[in-house]
Amino acid sequence: MRESRLWFWHILTAVVILFLLGLHMGIMHMGTLVQALGLGSTHPTASAEVFERSRQFFFMITYIALLGTALFHGLYGFRSILCELSLSKTLQKAIGRLCTAAGFALFLYGTYVAVRVFQMKGV
Amino acid sequence: MQHRYKNNLGLWGWLGGGRYGADRYAYALHRLSGLGILAYFLMHIFVTGTRVDGPEAWESAMHFFENPLFRLGEFLVFLAFLYHAVNGIRLVLVELGLLVGKPGLPSYPYSHSVIRQRPVLVVAMVITAVLVLFAGADFLFLTK
Repeated sequence: MRESRLWFWHILTAVVILFLLGLHMGIMHMGTLVQALGLGSTHPTASAEVFERSRQFFFMITYIALLGTALFHGLYGFRSILCELSLSKTLQKAIGRLCTAAGFALFLYGTYVAVRVFQMKGV
Repeated sequence: MQHRYKNNLGLWGWLGGGRYGADRYAYALHRLSGLGILAYFLMHIFVTGTRVDGPEAWESAMHFFENPLFRLGEFLVFLAFLYHAVNGIRLVLVELGLLVGKPGLPSYPYSHSVIRQRPVLVVAMVITAVLVLFAGADFLFLTK
């Protein structure tokens, strides 16, 4: 894929991440403030609440969307930083392929977890 | 693959601000915070993956991270996220050409895009500081 197109996706995913990670951070790390608005909980990492959220379709979809966008944004940024260190073209290509492979593998694993927990019953 | 100029300055060429000053340091910090967030995110994928093994495995993982060192690390990642997000909005606006101003004649005193963008950098840093104070109080003292 052309570099300019990858850069466009890098910016586009940043905007998506801003909303999804903002939602995630609000629920997980600003519990008291969010609860004051009647939207959240003060114990967001408690097992019962984690599994209750995980079994909701909305959260499963947002987890997978955040996973995909964050992996692309993060790994493309990481690759860009490394490529600025005057590496040889061969090494730059190898880093690009390694980041792509790692991104796909982590996306598949994370998606498996999100779907598997969504389908869990009686937890 | 696009052409990249040789970085003869090594690591300083990557971190140094040079004549761009504060904006360039903000850019370097943006990248450092991004690397920190990425490292945490990769670990986070595997930690949240323990949900597959049921509530006991999740509780066990959470218990492992319940110590001041991890709590501090989590807070630093949170600060990195706030900075990366606010500064990222500024960078996207610059990238889209919304903050560089219209082209004009080079009349004295000379103005350039870096100077024109400087107030936006200041505003972004003030917003970050306010968010850090609000969210930091919640994160450190209110949320158990």
